[in-house]
Amino acid sequence: METIEIKLKNLTKVFQAKNKEETVAVKDFDITIPAGKLVGLLGPSGCGKSTTLYMISGLLKPTQGRIFFGDTDVTDVAPEKRGIGLVFQNYALYPHMTVKQNIMFPLENIKMEKEKALERAYFYARLVGIDHLMNRKPVQLSGGQQQRVAIARALVKEPRVLLLDEPLSNLDARLRLQTREEIKRIQKETGITTIFVTHDQEEAMSISDEIVLMREGIMQQKGAPQQVYDEPGNLFVAKFLGSPPINLFEGEIKDERVMVGDAQLGRVEGKKDQDVIIGVRPEGFKIVERSSLKVKVDYVETIGRDTTLIIEKPVDPTITEHSPYIDEDHQQENDHVEDDMAVDEDMQRLQEEGSIEETAPEKKGTFRAIVDADHRIQPGDEIKLAVKPHKMFLFDKETGELV
Amino acid sequence: MLEDRHDFKAWLYLLPALILLIVFTFYPIINTFMIVFMVDYDFLYGDYTGWTLTGNIQAVLGHRQFWPAIRNTVLIAFVSVPLSVIISLFIAVWLNSIKKLQGAFQTIFFLPYVTNAIAVGLAFAVIFNRDYGLFNYMLSLFGIDPINWVAPGSPWRFSMIALLVFITWNGLAFKIMVFLSGLQSIDKQYYDAARIDSASRSRIFRKITVPLLSPMIAFITITSFIGAFKEYTAIVGMFGEQMGYRGQLITIVGLVYEALGEPYVAGSVSLAASAAIVLFFMTLLLTIFNMWVSKKRVHY
Repeated sequence: METIEIKLKNLTKVFQAKNKEETVAVKDFDITIPAGKLVGLLGPSGCGKSTTLYMISGLLKPTQGRIFFGDTDVTDVAPEKRGIGLVFQNYALYPHMTVKQNIMFPLENIKMEKEKALERAYFYARLVGIDHLMNRKPVQLSGGQQQRVAIARALVKEPRVLLLDEPLSNLDARLRLQTREEIKRIQKETGITTIFVTHDQEEAMSISDEIVLMREGIMQQKGAPQQVYDEPGNLFVAKFLGSPPINLFEGEIKDERVMVGDAQLGRVEGKKDQDVIIGVRPEGFKIVERSSLKVKVDYVETIGRDTTLIIEKPVDPTITEHSPYIDEDHQQENDHVEDDMAVDEDMQRLQEEGSIEETAPEKKGTFRAIVDADHRIQPGDEIKLAVKPHKMFLFDKETGELV
Repeated sequence: MLEDRHDFKAWLYLLPALILLIVFTFYPIINTFMIVFMVDYDFLYGDYTGWTLTGNIQAVLGHRQFWPAIRNTVLIAFVSVPLSVIISLFIAVWLNSIKKLQGAFQTIFFLPYVTNAIAVGLAFAVIFNRDYGLFNYMLSLFGIDPINWVAPGSPWRFSMIALLVFITWNGLAFKIMVFLSGLQSIDKQYYDAARIDSASRSRIFRKITVPLLSPMIAFITITSFIGAFKEYTAIVGMFGEQMGYRGQLITIVGLVYEALGEPYVAGSVSLAASAAIVLFFMTLLLTIFNMWVSKKRVHY
C-alpha cells in the first residue's frame, strides 16, 4: 500500500443555518499529517474535529482552504475518488447484509473479480480477527466486532488514507482498551496514514504517533503525545491532557518567584512580576522536609502503586472559580459535560431564586497530588510539598497563553 | 387476585371495540359462510329452503359474469399493484433527493388521496373521452386516430387500459407518502458510507435503498393487493354502475353488488355470499404467498 502525507492548508468550514446565522466550525486549519502515521484529532465536542475529518473524506466541502494528498490537490475531488476508507462513529454497517457482504460491497462497486474480492475480503477479515463471523448480520455482533467489520470494510479497497470518527465511543471500557490496541496494531501492519477523531485524551495519547488538539475550530497544539503533555502551549492544552487533570492555582510571579499566597512553588528567571495561573501536574509534587507550601490532607485515595492525596488549596479558591477562562470547558469528564453544565445551571438558578438553601458544605478548593505509596499519610495530616519544576506551567491570567 | 383485576380492566377497555367488531365484522363473516350453504336465502326474513354443500358455489362458478370478473380482478391486481409500487418508489426517491419545493411537491402528490375516487374517476372519464379528451389529443400528435376508451361500444382492451392507468395513478399518493417517510427514516450515514465506497447511484438504490425500505414495500404490496382484489369504486367512478360497456369491466366485488342488487331473485344473496367467499380465499392465498415471499426478502 502506498503511503501518502496529508496537507491541510488554511482549511475553513463555515456552516450557515437557515436563518443565515453562521457558525465557524473550523478556522484556518493548517497542518501536515506525515505519511504512514497514526494521528489523533483531539478536542472537546464541537471543536471542529469531526468536521475536519469529513472535509478530508470529501463528504463535506470546505468553505476555504485546500486539502492535499501527497502533492495532489483533492479539495474538489469527489469522496469516492480520493482513495479513503472511513469508519463512522456508529459504523454504518449495512444492516441487511452479512459481514461478508458488507466487506465485499466496496469491491463489488469497483467491479473487482469475484474470486480476488473474496480473497481480499477474507484477508482483511483475518487481519481484524472477524473471519469466523463472515456469515453473521451486524445485529448479531457485539459492538467491538461491529467496529472491526467497519474497519475491515474501510481497509478492503486498500485506501491511501484511513479515517476514523470516534471509533471507540460506542464500546465499553474494557473493549475500548482492547480495540485501541487493535487499531494501533492494524495501522502498524498496514502502514496506512490514519487520522482518528476523539474527545478522549487518554485514548488519543495512548495510540497516536501525533496528536492535534483543537478548540473552537482552531488548532491549539500538535506533536507527539508526551511532548504535548510535557510542554503544553496554553492553559487549554494543559487542562485537556492528563488524568487526573492538572491542578490550577491563582498565583503571581514576584521577584522571579512563583507564589501562591504565601507559599512559594518555585522560581522562574527573566519573567516580570504579574498575576498568573499556575498549573501543576498531580505527579508534579513531592513530599519534603522543608517547604513553605504547608498543606492539610483531606482524603487519601490508595490504589497500591501510588497514592493520590486530595489536599486543600493553600489560598481562598473563590477567585479561581470566577476566573472566566478557567470556568470554561471543564473537559476532563468529557462524556457528561453537557449534563453537568445543565445541572450546574439549574442549581444556580434555584439558588438565585432562593428555593433551595445552600446545604452543601462550604466548597473548598482542593487539588490532587500523586505521591509514592511509601509515604504513609492519613487524612488530616499536615505535609510539606515541593513542586517539580518541569511539572509546573505558568499561564497568563487573561489569555491563557504560556508565560 | 391482582392479575385478575387487571384482566377484568383490560377486557373492559376492549369492550367497545369488541362490540363493534362482533356486530359488524365477525357476525357478518360467519353469516356469510353460513349463507353459502343455504338454499334460496331471503335476507328480509332470514328464511331459506334447505341446505346445500356446493350448490351456490357451482352457481357462482357457472355465472355468465364469473370468469370475466375473475379475469378483470386478477388483471387489475397484477398490473396496477406492481406498476404503482414501482412508480411511487421512484417518485418517493426523487422527492427525497430534492431540496427545493419538497414540501410543495409532497402536497401535490398527496392531493389525490384526499380526493373522492368517484370524482377523480369522472375526471379521468373526461381525460379519456373519445372526442375531446386530453389523452386522444396527445395521441393525435403522434398521428394516432381517436380511440374510444370509455364510452359505450369501447372494446374491452381499451377500456381496461384506461382503467389500469386510472387505478395505478390513483394508488400512487398513499404509497409515495409511506415510502417517503420510510426513506426519511433511513440513516444518512449509509449513503455517506456507500458514496465513499464508490457505489453507483443504481447500486445504492438496489443495494441500500430498496433493502432498507423493504418492510414498507412489503406492507404496501400486501395491502395494495388486498385493495386491488376489492376494486369496485374506481370502475363505477369512471365507467358508471354498469361497470363498462355491457359490464365488461366487472370485478368480483362488482359481481357481489350485482347479485345483491336483485335481492328478490331467489338465491341471489347466496350467490353474492359465494362470490364473496371466493374472493376471500383468493385474497387469503395471495396474502399467504406475499407473506412467504416477504419473509425471505424483507430485511427488518
